[in-house]
Amino acid sequence: MRWALRIGSLAAVLVLWQVLTASDARAWLRFDQLPTVVEVAERFVTQIGGVEYYHDLGNSLARIMTGFLLAAVLGIALGVLIARATWLGDLLGPPLEVVRPIPAIALVPIAILLFPTDEQGIVFITFIAAFFPILVSTRHAVRALPTIWEDAVRTMGGSRVQVLVRVVLPGTLPGVFGGLSVGMGVAWICVISAEMISGQFGVGYRTWQAYTVVDYPGVIVGMITIGLLGYLTSAAVELLGRRVTRWLPREALR
Amino acid sequence: MSLSVRSLTVGYGRSAVLSDFSLSVADGEFVVVAGPSGCGKSTLLRAVAGLIPFSGAISVDGVAVRGPSRDRALVFQEDGLLPWRTALRNVELPLALQGVPRSLRRARAAEWLERVGLAGFEDHLPRELSGGMRQRVQLARTLAQQPSVVLMDEPFGALDAQTRSSMQELVTEVLSGTTTLFVTHDVDEAVLLGDRVVVLGAGEVERRRDAILAAVKA
Repeated sequence: MRWALRIGSLAAVLVLWQVLTASDARAWLRFDQLPTVVEVAERFVTQIGGVEYYHDLGNSLARIMTGFLLAAVLGIALGVLIARATWLGDLLGPPLEVVRPIPAIALVPIAILLFPTDEQGIVFITFIAAFFPILVSTRHAVRALPTIWEDAVRTMGGSRVQVLVRVVLPGTLPGVFGGLSVGMGVAWICVISAEMISGQFGVGYRTWQAYTVVDYPGVIVGMITIGLLGYLTSAAVELLGRRVTRWLPREALR
Repeated sequence: MSLSVRSLTVGYGRSAVLSDFSLSVADGEFVVVAGPSGCGKSTLLRAVAGLIPFSGAISVDGVAVRGPSRDRALVFQEDGLLPWRTALRNVELPLALQGVPRSLRRARAAEWLERVGLAGFEDHLPRELSGGMRQRVQLARTLAQQPSVVLMDEPFGALDAQTRSSMQELVTEVLSGTTTLFVTHDVDEAVLLGDRVVVLGAGEVERRRDAILAAVKA
């Protein structure tokens, strides 16, 4: 019953869209410029039958994966170190706090000046976008870790490194995955925006390109593609997170 | 293995949690430290475990305590298990830290779990076990560690009466002959378990319910 309602709702939106665009409705909002559902669907089918679509997909995915993985490794490592070593927090904290409030996309001019190729600049923007949520969540998770687990391992004769590997890393995973989810979300926003501004190839570039040549069905296909990719990568992070934090009490999972 | 605590002071001046406290536990002896909540019992154990700074001298078999080590195992009131490890892998942990090869430590951990009556629960996560079972796992972990001294911080304080009494039986059985310092606010538990009973602030008292109660109130 609830599923029927959900599917019905989705279908109604598509029907409304088709009716408004096909009838060139114009009542303050101008639907006559927008492509119809049928046009978009046809376009989608031709696109996924061609090579270019996958080429763009591959480009965007490579960029986001490089930036995101770099951000995950550095964000987790620095987050742990800053939370565990006071002097490192004092050393690295201030410059990081100064850069953190700047939205990554505002760093595009810097990225263009700083890096020899646009490609590296886009990866840099993606990296910065994902880095801060991951760093902040990790730092918070490490600081919030109950001391009892560390005490237990130390009274078993565990060294500093063993405490780090056996207690701090597994114990902070739930918090870290929170940061990874947020990081993946903002990384997509930034990779698409950066591609629109300075890219060659990629889903964001292709979508903007379609707009400039008045290919509106192409724009919508690009938007849907971006949405799907964002959904799939977020779901992958979520799934992995659930797998590695199965030990959490059930109520905390929801 | 004997434990000696001389002129132990934790904290400073008027805010000292423990001041000038002395105690010795002979090899294989089970000493209970009793006293009301907030009297510094846990602080005493944390100092002996080497987890907090103190002044005075603590030694095990004449070797001064400078920090935590595997020769002084600490059993916590609750939640001392790592929640992401199964019962077996929690028991295995002290052996893993010592570098015992996996197959050997798995086998030994399984034996200790069986010893505390938890055969068949190897693959359960702590959250899937009852409070009493979790304390059994902690006990098995402590036994696997084979420490010189066992420190227990109100380990059965959060259990219901029936579970507590079966745990007390188990402790008497598996820790007999092991040098143990056991902290509790439960007078009956002190009488039941201790070879000797020390009341914080009043010194050693006779192992009788009324004597302990009088000392605790004084």
